[in-house]
Amino acid sequence: MKLRRFIVVLLLLAAMVGVQIFLRATGQEFCLTQLTMALYYALVVIGLGLVMGYAGQVSLGHGGFFAIGGYTTAVLTTRDFSPFKDTAWVGLLKAAHVFVAKEDLFGAQVMVVTPWAAFLAAMALTAVVAVLIGYPALRLKGHYLAMATLGFGLIVYKILLGSTVTGAADGITSVPEWSLFGVLTVSGKTALRVQNYYIACGLVLAVLLLLQNLVHSRVGRALLAIHDRETAANAMGINTASYKLRAFVLSAILAAAAGVFFTHYTGGIGPSEASALKSVRYVALAAAGGMANLWGVAVISTLINYLSLRDWFGSYDNAVFGTMLIVIISIAPEGPLKPLGMAVRRVFFRLRPSGGKPHGAA
Amino acid sequence: MPNMLLKVRNLRCGYGSLEVVRGVSLHVCAGEIVGLLGANGAGKSSLLKSLAGLVVPWGGEIHVNGRPTRGLPAWHGVSNSMVLVPEGRQVFAEMTVRENLLIGGYHNKDRRMDLEIVVDRFPRLRERINQLAGTLSGGEQQMLALGRALMTRPKLLMLDEPSMGLAPLMVKEVFSEILKMKELGVTMLLVEQNAVATLGIADRAYVMETGEIIMEGEARDLMSNPEVRRAYLGKGYKEVWE
Repeated sequence: MKLRRFIVVLLLLAAMVGVQIFLRATGQEFCLTQLTMALYYALVVIGLGLVMGYAGQVSLGHGGFFAIGGYTTAVLTTRDFSPFKDTAWVGLLKAAHVFVAKEDLFGAQVMVVTPWAAFLAAMALTAVVAVLIGYPALRLKGHYLAMATLGFGLIVYKILLGSTVTGAADGITSVPEWSLFGVLTVSGKTALRVQNYYIACGLVLAVLLLLQNLVHSRVGRALLAIHDRETAANAMGINTASYKLRAFVLSAILAAAAGVFFTHYTGGIGPSEASALKSVRYVALAAAGGMANLWGVAVISTLINYLSLRDWFGSYDNAVFGTMLIVIISIAPEGPLKPLGMAVRRVFFRLRPSGGKPHGAA
Repeated sequence: MPNMLLKVRNLRCGYGSLEVVRGVSLHVCAGEIVGLLGANGAGKSSLLKSLAGLVVPWGGEIHVNGRPTRGLPAWHGVSNSMVLVPEGRQVFAEMTVRENLLIGGYHNKDRRMDLEIVVDRFPRLRERINQLAGTLSGGEQQMLALGRALMTRPKLLMLDEPSMGLAPLMVKEVFSEILKMKELGVTMLLVEQNAVATLGIADRAYVMETGEIIMEGEARDLMSNPEVRRAYLGKGYKEVWE
């Protein structure tokens, strides 16, 4: 099994490099921009796959978490904190190198939060919000989380739309680039396009590997058991509510992290990222990828989001995702990749036949 | 009373405004198999579920090993060495037999070792160790449910209708496994509609009707009790069962 995972990683890596080389050779390297954005969106969908495929819950608020991440960093890294320079807490944070002084567009000296500090703040805020929503909703059986998160997404959308701090309907622009470490910088500059494509690729691969290790461990077995039969899982001593909550919080954090990277990459964020349609779109993509099949989720969601960003669907964009969700749920609830994947596995990996004939009494 | 593992006093529970279990008192001593008999709807399963914490009791007392457990969530039971084998087996259909057993050993640090012991006990499970549990026959699934429960290293096992939906031959096999588990030192509370099979392996039994215990005694005595015979055993049961 370990070998199989290794092969999948190599295949994915080869595909990522192959795409880049192909685009360079054909002079279409501009496509990497949308591909990078699609990869960040894929991060949201992968996290959602964990919640849907393993914990058996649906979140209709992942657009909201993406926006919380993006807006937190956008606000903190563009807002001038120098008027508060002399208050105690800003002084304290300044000593901790949370702030950086720089010149704004008009040449004035401003003091803003560094991207790394903003990133950590976004993660912390998201974790707190996710626990506040998930804790009450996940103690109940059934799909209360879907309802709670739907409401949450709508609230976030309205707040972003109505606050001047978040730029109301315009959102926030001129978010600075984020130099991660060394030469790696999350930035939308044309010169850094290839580098940023690989940063996004690396992030997606790292998260996939992390989650694969998680779902193949004792924790993953517990999550699968909860998804399969909650009562029996409970009877086996698994604290089902706590596991569902942890999976939900982890996936919310992934969505927010994606939002942070995305915002630094595109240099801004708007309230539409938090709209209910965006959240439904994530759910549709997770379903299309086969939910529990995190590799499939990553590939399918990158591909379809890329096509959407390249405007292939034109004004039918949202209709495409809605139709996709309906078709998949009614025809192939486990995702279209599963039957396909089974065939591939049988040929290449000679995996155990999972449809052995039952025999014996009853 | 010698080493009372489970003591229930005046337990009541129900759904909505309907009281299903109406003041039940019973006890199970260490090493015993205790049967709980009754017709459909007598409240047996609800009683078991409230003992396991899956249904919140309305009132009464539950003591496991002398410690009160009423109101504790279901997942807590395993740490008290008290495990429910739920009605309808409830194996994890989309997981393999091995994964099902490992889930049983979720709180058990020696789960890999215990897995070997369990599949030694149930050779059928060893044969199918990598097969998805949903593809097993009903009897095999029941064996898996028992094996999975054994993985928790239980002191008290609560079995909810293990004979449900099984062919008579399979019922015999499952019950002989249950009897063997007694030899391992597992105490059992066995909820059943199948009175003959249950009284055949139980030490004592309770008979439940409309939410109350109407009779209790040694299994042998109940077997020869005319009222029990009329209500639960039926005429000519010997021909069918022996």
